[in-house]
Amino acid sequence: MSVMSSVLFLAQVQPVPSPAPAKIDPPALDAVWPILIVLAAACVGVLFEAFLPRHQRWPAQVALSLLALAGAGVALATYLSDAPEAGEMAMFNTLAVDRPALFLWGTLLALSVGAVLLIADRSVEPGGAFVATAAIRPGTVQDRAQVTATGMQTEVFPLTLFALGGMMIFCAANDLLTMFIALEVLSLPLYLMCGLARRRRLLSQEAAVKYFLLGAFASAFFLYGVALLYGYAGSVRLADISAAAAGTDRSDTLLFAGMGLLVVGLLFKASVGPFHTWTPDVYQGAPTPVTAFMAACTKVAAFGGILRVLQVAFESTQWEWRGVLWGVAIASMVIGAILGLTQTDVKRMIAYSSVAHAGFLLIGAIALTDRGLSGTLFYLLTYGFTTLAAFGVISLVRDSSGEATHLSQWAGLAKRSPLVAGVFTFLLLALAGIPLTSGFVGKFVVFEAAIDDGMAPLVVIALVASAVAAFFYLRVIVLMYFSEPAADGPTVTVPGAFTTAAITLGVLVTLLLGILPSFALDWAAGGAFAIR
Amino acid sequence: MTGTFNLALDTQPAAGAASAAWLLLVLPALGAAVLLIGGRRTNKWGHLLGSGMVIAAFAYAVVLFFDTTSLAAEDRLRDLHLFDWISVNQLSVDFGLRLDPLSITFVLLITGVGSLIHIYSIGYLNHELEDRRRFFAYLNLFIAAMLLLVLGNSFVTLYFGWEGVGLASYLLIGWYQGKDFAATAAKKAFLMNRVGDVGLALAIFLMFKTMGSTQYDVVFSQIGDQSTGTIVAIGLLLLLGACGKSGQFPLQAWLPDAMAGPTPVSALIHAATMVTAGVYLIARSSPLYSLPQAEDARLVVMIIGAITLLLGCVIGCAYDDFKKVLAYSTVSQIGYMILAVGLGPAGYAFGILHLLTHGFFKAGLFLGAGSVMHAMNDEGDIRRMGGLWKKMPVTFVTWTLGYLALIGFPFLSGYFSKDEIINAALGQGGTRGWVFGGIALLGAALTAFYMTRLLILVWLGKPRWENLTSPATPDPESPEAPVGKPYHPHESPSTMTIPMIILAFGSVAGGAILSAVLPEWLTPAIGEVEETHGALSHTMVGILTVVLAAIGAGLAFLLFGRRETAVERPKRVSFPVRAARADLFGNHLNEALFARPGTWLTRALVYVDNRGVDGLVNGIAAGLGGSSGRLRRTQTGFVRSYALSMLGGSILVIAALLMVRFA
Amino acid sequence: MLVAQSSDVSSDLGIYLPLVVMFALAAAFAVFSALLGPLVGPSRYNRAKFQAYECGIEPSPQPVVGGGRVPVAYYLTAMLFILFDIEMVFLYPFAVSADVLGLFGLVEIFLFIATVGFAYAYVWRRGGLDWN
Repeated sequence: MSVMSSVLFLAQVQPVPSPAPAKIDPPALDAVWPILIVLAAACVGVLFEAFLPRHQRWPAQVALSLLALAGAGVALATYLSDAPEAGEMAMFNTLAVDRPALFLWGTLLALSVGAVLLIADRSVEPGGAFVATAAIRPGTVQDRAQVTATGMQTEVFPLTLFALGGMMIFCAANDLLTMFIALEVLSLPLYLMCGLARRRRLLSQEAAVKYFLLGAFASAFFLYGVALLYGYAGSVRLADISAAAAGTDRSDTLLFAGMGLLVVGLLFKASVGPFHTWTPDVYQGAPTPVTAFMAACTKVAAFGGILRVLQVAFESTQWEWRGVLWGVAIASMVIGAILGLTQTDVKRMIAYSSVAHAGFLLIGAIALTDRGLSGTLFYLLTYGFTTLAAFGVISLVRDSSGEATHLSQWAGLAKRSPLVAGVFTFLLLALAGIPLTSGFVGKFVVFEAAIDDGMAPLVVIALVASAVAAFFYLRVIVLMYFSEPAADGPTVTVPGAFTTAAITLGVLVTLLLGILPSFALDWAAGGAFAIR
Repeated sequence: MTGTFNLALDTQPAAGAASAAWLLLVLPALGAAVLLIGGRRTNKWGHLLGSGMVIAAFAYAVVLFFDTTSLAAEDRLRDLHLFDWISVNQLSVDFGLRLDPLSITFVLLITGVGSLIHIYSIGYLNHELEDRRRFFAYLNLFIAAMLLLVLGNSFVTLYFGWEGVGLASYLLIGWYQGKDFAATAAKKAFLMNRVGDVGLALAIFLMFKTMGSTQYDVVFSQIGDQSTGTIVAIGLLLLLGACGKSGQFPLQAWLPDAMAGPTPVSALIHAATMVTAGVYLIARSSPLYSLPQAEDARLVVMIIGAITLLLGCVIGCAYDDFKKVLAYSTVSQIGYMILAVGLGPAGYAFGILHLLTHGFFKAGLFLGAGSVMHAMNDEGDIRRMGGLWKKMPVTFVTWTLGYLALIGFPFLSGYFSKDEIINAALGQGGTRGWVFGGIALLGAALTAFYMTRLLILVWLGKPRWENLTSPATPDPESPEAPVGKPYHPHESPSTMTIPMIILAFGSVAGGAILSAVLPEWLTPAIGEVEETHGALSHTMVGILTVVLAAIGAGLAFLLFGRRETAVERPKRVSFPVRAARADLFGNHLNEALFARPGTWLTRALVYVDNRGVDGLVNGIAAGLGGSSGRLRRTQTGFVRSYALSMLGGSILVIAALLMVRFA
Repeated sequence: MLVAQSSDVSSDLGIYLPLVVMFALAAAFAVFSALLGPLVGPSRYNRAKFQAYECGIEPSPQPVVGGGRVPVAYYLTAMLFILFDIEMVFLYPFAVSADVLGLFGLVEIFLFIATVGFAYAYVWRRGGLDWN
């Protein structure tokens, strides 16, 4: 809330008005309750941290987070029941609450339920996947002692909610400055959360620092792009940029340089190659529940932003930039599919898979049609749940030193635990896009939209890339089923209720959207972006 | 051509007994689900449940068949709408079943042969009780997917089943866990199938793009209005899909390797049903291939079929592995079918006819091979067999009937179907007729040759196994020289022999019956058979085929029947034999075409990712700083090289944007 | 509301004159100070004056190759400073425009102070203000 009000504040103060200005009315809040609830709950979470005794924090935070998500969901549903078809502007035109935004909010809230459940789990790793005291130096005696300590840094819950709030603002932002603030609100908590792993502290902290440095670098790109676009259009509002680009009397250099920088910042967040370099390291180092949250929700938010920026602000200049994003999409698919082949760590492998998926998503995003929009939104929904459940499963395979993520340790897993191997196989097949899973339908609608918009060559490359990518998913399946288990291999932890619920949620959605995707496709096709 | 080709494109909604056709999918799927979820608890009765589900599906298929025959010919195209599967904006994929003579024929084949093979598997897997349940689950899964493939009423539904059978086949090829070659074979099959799947997927997208739907009725009613380029492109892409699934040139190499799976799987999936999906696909798309504009696409189909049928025969002559010879025989026989459906309206029905008769006799031959291997400690090397007819009379007789059917012995089933294909190929007229007809005739002679060799080496001659023991696997536990088990061949249990006997009946009588009724029965689905008049009369073709087959078989007798066969494989052989033993370099070709470029690309990208960017950093730092100490300091973290690659990407993106704008 | 008042930018550059004068004055003052110091001041060198910055905390232990550590509390202090600094920065423009913003602005600024207060409460309760 604080950030939003500060932005609004700046906005109102900036153009010093004439001596007798009009009064400013308070904004209507009915469209933004979901965001307000999430952010308010995050603030309450901070107070919980401040005033509750240590042993009460975990149950209170879990209850608060889940309640907040449920409350935001109810608020969203209530608003949806009589939301204007064409969308409306909220909070002094800084937020565009339209159908795509509402769909993305719903997706983010649902995915966050799964992520919070994974984060809250304390059965897989006694005490939870998060460090008990983050400030202790790795490798010291105290650090070794805290591996077995039962507590955890429960700050991770409010941080998750703050990040979620940022994501929700991000994909509804109607001007670039709001978008930037939202970008920072979603990023800063994530940087911190990456460094909170209970085991392998150095790897985790390294991931956090890398993510932070590269994220700051990308933010700079974004901001510089915003500045150039402001110079071009005299406004940071997406609709104004679009209007300015439609008239041709200004220098296009500013427009395209600004757009390039802006898009690079967005592509970084969405881990689209060649801006993906942080992804494998960070996915590997971060605590697995946080990786799940990042992989699912950040991807949704980032592509929500990309969709809005491309469709609203740069729709009129698409013939100039489309070819370049073709190249980026190809690079991303090729990099993801081919580098994934040589990975020996499950989390890194899924990270490269996410790079390839980002390429597929980008194909949908640059098809600037209704079908492209709805297809990409649907793809985001399916990918989010599948990848969330996949990381949930990864967190279950452990040995004495924590998670066993090296692929060789997964050999023969099907013999030890057929159920876990079966679930993971299903999820990998979904990532590969085999029919009967949501992954197939997602790819289908996106590729179909791309062909419809005249991008057949790109779809050919995408199909080849997905055939190559299928190979490394397959390699894991072969390992799990057709190899002899190692003598001192990892065990599969029997998950507690939270992780079970999260994985079940992901698997069920993956299956449901594979068999009966129509209702979700209808939601995704509910309407276009509101341009004002 | 247009006169003979008139399809009743309007489908009727299914009613009565046909409205329960979803049972066909649900029964085996339910079986698979119960067996997979039930786990160990179902070990005791899992195989019975699995078999029961398929038999029930077969029973329903028979009901459905008679229900359809009771209708007038023009009412036999029926459509059962189930639900809207994908529907967004203008795009809508309907999930429904198409019940017409073509799909019902396939359903009967799949559930019929499927039932027999389920029963056979009960006996075949009695050594591996623990895993038998899972095996039946996968088999049921396969049946469900295969039925979906043939019953779907749109290309997307077909694709759905297409991927499903690929998955089930993959799981079953890799059945013998812990055997490296099984895992490799499974992977190879999956990958080469993916190459074909890309083709099929592209064809489907192209249909969407041009016609806005993939429902059969919409596509087939609009395909005639499309440009020639579109039609040929769709035709060729569909063919690529068919090549992957049906083991056709150049994607044939996975099928023989797939024999690493258990023999019932080879019989069901890799001989009778799944590998014929390509033939089904082309026959199903007959309204497309029958168009005059699709002439070029059909020619390519014929060429692929002809190449494959010869290739399969030649390689089949050189192998010493029982199942691999049969596998190449399958490759070659499917080549015949593809050739037949490539002939257009003159050949669709005969392609399907050969598919059905082949389904009987090849499944029988495989089951016979399984029975032999079951009795011979899973030995597959035919050089170690011989004289088995005394030990396993039932298997011998049924196998020999299948053999006779395959080589086209007069009035057995293969005679009718193959003869018709050769006749139709010759009937093309002109050079084309002679080339394709000639290849088909040559193939018939070669088929007789290698099958007779197999017959002699396995069943006749001296029992070479008597003084041998099965090659022992070195045991890491005991360091002494390993000792193999001696062979004690014996007849198989009745659960295995009865299916073989039934299939033998089919091999003997199937052809005569089917060739009389099938073309007319299929007419509503794929059009009437177009009469052809080639240079040779039908009777002449029949006689010529039989004579050529007799020559082939006689040659094999001369070469193998009168000589001792060495147990060890001769090492020094002429180039043609070497080439044939190396699959006519099919693997080399595939490696050069698909695998090696992929490996190079991977290596190059990994190199760039790991070293290239860092190397650039090193280079810049070295250029600027000079001293090695400073060089090492720049290397402390990789973040900077990550940032550099981001910067590089950004510069590229922005430069490209500006270039596109101002170029 | 974020649209710049770009309508008459080119017409009247005169409004930037005070700004230019201010830049010139600032530059002159800097140059003046830099030149005057060495000229009139005594030059007595000691070790501390050769360090990069003459204020702040002595890196301890002394960097040998470049790896000295600074107590983590230093950064905590810096963070707290920024927190309250930002709060102050926001309060100034609010005070200037309070009458325009009216009751709505008042509510907003209290919300803003409250959120900063949450952070303050967190730091305080979790021992961030225990300087030893």
